[in-house]
Amino acid sequence: MSPHTRAVEGWTLQPLTDFVREASVRLVLVLTPAGQVLAQSGFSRAVDVMSAAALAAAIVASTGEMARQLRQQPFAALSHQGPKTGFFLATFVTDRGTLAVLAVYDLDVSSLGLVQLFYEQLAADLKAATPKGTVPKQVLAADFERELTDSLNTLFGR
Amino acid sequence: MSKALDLITRVRGVRGAMLVSAEDGLVIAEQLMEGIKGGAVAALAASLAGRLRRAMEAAGTGTSVFWHLQAEQGALLVVSGDASGGILVVAVAEPDVNIGLVRLELLRVAEAAV
Repeated sequence: MSPHTRAVEGWTLQPLTDFVREASVRLVLVLTPAGQVLAQSGFSRAVDVMSAAALAAAIVASTGEMARQLRQQPFAALSHQGPKTGFFLATFVTDRGTLAVLAVYDLDVSSLGLVQLFYEQLAADLKAATPKGTVPKQVLAADFERELTDSLNTLFGR
Repeated sequence: MSKALDLITRVRGVRGAMLVSAEDGLVIAEQLMEGIKGGAVAALAASLAGRLRRAMEAAGTGTSVFWHLQAEQGALLVVSGDASGGILVVAVAEPDVNIGLVRLELLRVAEAAV
């Protein structure tokens, strides 16, 4: 297992570890559309996780709204490729609600095709591993900061 | 493009042919028999092509033009490199396919695709 792969919810860890190894991605977040992080890989600073999660959640929200205005289903995936790095953001539905995966990959190590291929496996594995019959914990505004701190401590092994 | 792939798939023993973007591993065009996972073959072939290219460059041999992977139940044949302008021409074939003929058709399609 990569020393930089950590999960707040344990059932996400093995699928994420497999995805990181097989797709050769550099950074990954598994999060809710609200920006709550369930697992991360490759990040070394809490502030980077917070920023990436907030930006990914914003993209999911804005593309979802665009789809709604176009009277379409929400977009399944978004890919953006630069000269050296690409990112891939996709959502899928589990028994615990919708989850999003943000993956960042280097073009000399991986490719969009590989990331898409193993993302499908990751989504299937996470759906299968989702604890059945449990209700996702609602984070109230009053508890937000404590929940965030607890999550970041778990994600960085503190 | 579909017509170009006909050149390959008409060879006896070829189970499918694809044009694949070498950079991102996505399928551009495909003609595959049922049961062949085109997206997976494309992604993995492009990944392998990238690693082979770097290995060949490190070895000082220049870029690879054609490679052939033989397995128990089939073969993967790919034309890559300058001949195809960033496009991989891929064939999935039976183990006893006429390699020379498939290679010839792959190179023809690569030239036509540029």
